[in-house]
Amino acid sequence: MKHFGGVQAVHDVSFSLRRGEFLGIIGPNGSGKTTLVNLITGFVRPDSGKIIYRGKNITGKKPYTIAGLGIVRTFQMVRLFYNLPAYKNLIIPLSSSRVKKLRGGKYGERDDVAVDLLDDMGFERDSFVPYKLAGSLPHGYLKRLDLARAMALRPDLLILDELFSGMAMSEVASTLPLIEKFHEEGLTIIMIEHRLKELFRVVDRVMVLNFGEKIAGGSPQEVMSTEAVKKAYLGIEVEIG
Amino acid sequence: MAEVEARYRKKRLDRGIKARADTIFAIASYRDILYLLLPRALPVILLLVLPLLFKGYWNKVIIYSCMIGLLALSWDFLASCGLFSLGQSLFFGLGAYVAGTLSYYFHWSPIFTIPIAVLGGGLLSAGLLSPVLRLRGVYFAMVTLMMPLLFMKMIETTGLVGGSHGLSSLTPFPNEWVAIYLAVGAFLVCLFVFRRAINEDYGLVLRAIRDDDRAVMSAAINIYWRKTQALFVAGAVGGFAGAFMTHHYQFVGMSVFALDYSILPLAASALGGPGTFAGPALGSMILVPLSEALRALGGLRIALYCFILILSVIALPEGIFHYIERKYHQFERLVRVG
Repeated sequence: MKHFGGVQAVHDVSFSLRRGEFLGIIGPNGSGKTTLVNLITGFVRPDSGKIIYRGKNITGKKPYTIAGLGIVRTFQMVRLFYNLPAYKNLIIPLSSSRVKKLRGGKYGERDDVAVDLLDDMGFERDSFVPYKLAGSLPHGYLKRLDLARAMALRPDLLILDELFSGMAMSEVASTLPLIEKFHEEGLTIIMIEHRLKELFRVVDRVMVLNFGEKIAGGSPQEVMSTEAVKKAYLGIEVEIG
Repeated sequence: MAEVEARYRKKRLDRGIKARADTIFAIASYRDILYLLLPRALPVILLLVLPLLFKGYWNKVIIYSCMIGLLALSWDFLASCGLFSLGQSLFFGLGAYVAGTLSYYFHWSPIFTIPIAVLGGGLLSAGLLSPVLRLRGVYFAMVTLMMPLLFMKMIETTGLVGGSHGLSSLTPFPNEWVAIYLAVGAFLVCLFVFRRAINEDYGLVLRAIRDDDRAVMSAAINIYWRKTQALFVAGAVGGFAGAFMTHHYQFVGMSVFALDYSILPLAASALGGPGTFAGPALGSMILVPLSEALRALGGLRIALYCFILILSVIALPEGIFHYIERKYHQFERLVRVG
């Protein structure tokens, strides 16, 4: 559960999340979605307000401490190590103390674990793709590599910051079921997304931000019928399937 | 009968060895093994044999080259995790004074003082610099530049540990051979351990911190603790060099914190090409003997020395090692086709 309060870019946003829930966060550009993620994951310190995770106050903790607690994010602009082979990018989270602890001392070869993870994300293990330099991979693969990097930490709460931006339709179509699967397996997920149609298909609940303030919250249907949301989105009609 | 004309085409030597992915090698013949082994084995054999051929003065040059080489390796290790040091003489000086103090006041043999100086130098360096690990780039460099000067002034004004006179008549090494092979051995071990470690998972994380520390933080890795560890390793290696020179000269004075020990390793790294450890090692093996050879020129020595350095940086900004490595992999041989 998390509570927020008064920051300039994010102002008086307060919400809580149950274990296993899937929350979508939407809002126009500059509405403070990424800042919210930065606040939760410790990359930005809030000026006031509190973030409570499993009953513990984690406000102002360092990003690596928060990631170590299981709150793991992906980046909107992927942050990867381009001069390393793709699978070697996963060695970094895999050598964290969190993963060592979770795997109870007996962890197999990290390289094998990394290739397994990439295989799950659609990097065919028998192709050369997992072994190629990350810098030589197309954008869609980089996004999925970033997702794999987050999943390598075995998160308890996964925060996806516009995972689908810049992905081709076919890539979105193949990645979405993966995320649904993680959710079904009990992972708590916060997903920030501009592709509302895809988002509404998977989330339990949506929160809408505008100018750093929470303007609506509830099920996708409820939210899209709210007057303020219609105004913020300039009357875009979204089909909810 | 038609004449069969033998045709040849050029083939790169490493074609068969390097498989499509950069990390996989396939070795098929003795020629391939030799191709991979030669550039590694040759410098090692050379360094081990040279002391047998030289006597006296030039063996001292080899020792000095190895010590500057160790400082350059220590510099490159820090640089590999994004810490740019201008104060290698801090590590050198701390090790030198730890060993010197133990030897002067307690008359301990180098067998004890050197390991203690290695550990102590590492711990002191990590302890002194860990508060400023949050600083990046030029700010960290500035602090490291000031630290040795601070120690120098402190020793001078307080008169502690020998003050400006230093500590003399310390225990020497049993003989010249022990000294030179300890120096060469430590240098080679450090070079190969570092080269190995940087490609293991441990080194991978360090390099990742240099490339993007925020991404590493989001992977639940405490980057400040990793950087502190890197400082310890760099400090320990520098400390060894300092402790070694203390016993070798049988003297330790404020000059161990001098700028020479900061600038020479840096110049060696720039000349050899940072980022591979082999570059800085090669750089110091060129730079130190060169500066000794130029000694005969007297005053012009420094000018010529600077000129060579500037020229190398302009002509080969990637460093000598990277250049040689690239050219080596481009070697071609003629292969008969048809």
